[in-house]
Amino acid sequence: MSRVENIGIIDPSRYGEYGISKEDLMWMWRTMMLIRRFEERVVKLFEEKKLVGASHLYIGMEAVATGVMKALDKDDYIVSTYRGHGHALARGIPPRLVMAELFGRATGTNKGLGGSMHVSMYPELGIMMTTAIVGSGIPVAAGLGYAIKYRGEKRVVAAFFGDGAVNTGAFHEGANMIGLWRLPVILVCENNLYGMGGRVDRVTAGSTGFSVIHRALAYNIDGIVVDGFDPVAVYIAARKAAEKARNGGGPTFIEARTYRFLGHNLRDPQRYRSREEVEEWKRKDAVIRLTRILIDNGYASQEELDGIEKQILEEIEDSVRFAQESPYLSFEELYNFIYA
Amino acid sequence: MGEIIMSYAAALRETLREEMRRDPNIVILGEDVGAWGGVFTVTLGLLQEFGPQRVIDTPISEAAIVGAALGMALAGLRPVAEIMYMDFITIAMDQLITHAAKLRFMSGGRIKLPMVIRTQYGIGRAYGPQHSQFVPSWFLQPGIKVVAPSTPADAKGLLKAALREDNPVLFIEAALLYETTGPVPEGDYIIPIGLADIKRKGSDVTIVAISRTVLDALKAAEILSEKHGIEAEVIDPRTLYPLDLKTIFSSVRKTGRLVITTDEIRSGSVAAEILSRVAEDPDTLYSLETAPKIVSSPDMPVPTPAPLEKAYMVNPDKIVNAVITMLR
Ligand SMILES: Cc1ncc(C[n+]2csc(CCOP(=O)(O)OP(=O)(O)O)c2C)c(N)n1
Ligand SMILES: [Mg+2]
Repeated sequence: MSRVENIGIIDPSRYGEYGISKEDLMWMWRTMMLIRRFEERVVKLFEEKKLVGASHLYIGMEAVATGVMKALDKDDYIVSTYRGHGHALARGIPPRLVMAELFGRATGTNKGLGGSMHVSMYPELGIMMTTAIVGSGIPVAAGLGYAIKYRGEKRVVAAFFGDGAVNTGAFHEGANMIGLWRLPVILVCENNLYGMGGRVDRVTAGSTGFSVIHRALAYNIDGIVVDGFDPVAVYIAARKAAEKARNGGGPTFIEARTYRFLGHNLRDPQRYRSREEVEEWKRKDAVIRLTRILIDNGYASQEELDGIEKQILEEIEDSVRFAQESPYLSFEELYNFIYA
Repeated sequence: MGEIIMSYAAALRETLREEMRRDPNIVILGEDVGAWGGVFTVTLGLLQEFGPQRVIDTPISEAAIVGAALGMALAGLRPVAEIMYMDFITIAMDQLITHAAKLRFMSGGRIKLPMVIRTQYGIGRAYGPQHSQFVPSWFLQPGIKVVAPSTPADAKGLLKAALREDNPVLFIEAALLYETTGPVPEGDYIIPIGLADIKRKGSDVTIVAISRTVLDALKAAEILSEKHGIEAEVIDPRTLYPLDLKTIFSSVRKTGRLVITTDEIRSGSVAAEILSRVAEDPDTLYSLETAPKIVSSPDMPVPTPAPLEKAYMVNPDKIVNAVITMLR
């Protein structure tokens, strides 16, 4: 029978026990800060109408991608979604490529043809697929997992999706296969409480405390509920799931409890939640929290962090310049990409 | 009764409101149709007026949205199911095509399915291949009726008709149409399903334009008239299944030239279906003075980058060029 484990915020005094080094923490901080500042810049670019189209941002959720990506090896497979800017940056896709993709340019991760909703599709770094169709990545994760098992490889698959996705047929059919065939898959549910305007308890049968972890148990998949504002906790959860999968222990469903600080996208009037609720959740801000931990525990000084942040901001400005100076594909070239 | 200028989205909203007041069997279900008000504002305010029993926010479950609508219809309710983007309807294909479209026939004509599936296609907003598809031809299936209004008035008239129809109706809107405005007749304004509309009279060429491209065709007709002295007749089929071939044939017989415009890809399109019908009708076929032409999207997924999407899409210039080439 499958079981559920809870991993709450990890107190800094226990970092040593979990083998968390200063280097690990600095990487996590830098990654989260990069995502945060990148997304803020993207918001501005939309406001200035320099960017158009889809805009599903990752602000508030940085710790999830950061913790999971930290636990993965370079050969592992990832399935990402339309809310993928953070997945892309945390996996190490250069900001230039990510920004150029948002600008639709030929120098982007997918030559501009994916755009915001597919910016993280990057097989070179194992992100094999993105989907803009809620739930559709889960059966694909089953297939990737099957291929790994078939070849006797040591890889794992991490499939990202949201709390809303667990109500799609694709989720249920895919999760059943993953559980049935004991595939090396980590189902990473980014539970940010809402699927567009649909709050977990209003759209999910049997949820308790806004959790969807019962979905895992139905398919004989072990669950870990983790605080999605602590990248260390997420990392520990994902590391555990990955080790288990690599050693033939089968799948894990990680429910990262998080929240998106912005609307579903930049067109969302947010009639379904109050400003107070958003402000309340913002107090858990992962970036602010880790900053304080690093300083209070002597991992880094404010000046050091300011220096890194400055670098990040420069990198982002460079990515915007790079993107804006890059060409689009020509229309004729598009015909080259329809068939292999 | 008078007319009011309103947007396409508002026309749909007010029609839903009027009909829900009239018929307590009408219920709306779909993702974010309630508290959000629909991502294109079509159902905004309806939850407040009719309550959560009649304006139902569903989980992200397209197959079950359409399937549940089917069940509601079997029990005599009149569901209006919303599928947020036409792309997502693929998930509900079994319920719609293999069940809703077949049940009446399989029951020997005993079952009635008063249900409407509203959806929209998103092209023109740089949302890419998975949020832009216009695929009405997949639904040319006996047992379903397919409508695709292009103006606020048609949106109202056809939605009223759909809400009084005892068959499944797929009601296709377009994201780029929601904010367009026009005069809408007040009161019980009903446009029969299966009736085309001549949006502009002309004698030199027939342009059959589907959904959003009606706007392009009308602009093209203005340009053709002003700059080239060519008078185009613009026909909006409005209902894509069953097609009003009579109106199309008689226009073609009059003008002797035919252009069909659509936001579909060329292959397997409703436009191609119309053309094949023209080709099968001797009087219409032999009235053609030149080869007919389809102005559509190319056989390619919709590219995301805005300038490439623009190049991909039908526009008035492409239609003008097609007509001029034909008349040269
Ligand atoms: C099959 C399908 N239905 C509806 C949508 C529209 N849609 C896009 S994102 C979304 C909400 C998804 O919520 P969740 O899974 O919680 O992920 P989140 O956006 O919160 O990260 C919806 C309904 C879609 N893209 N695909
Ligand atoms: Mg969510």
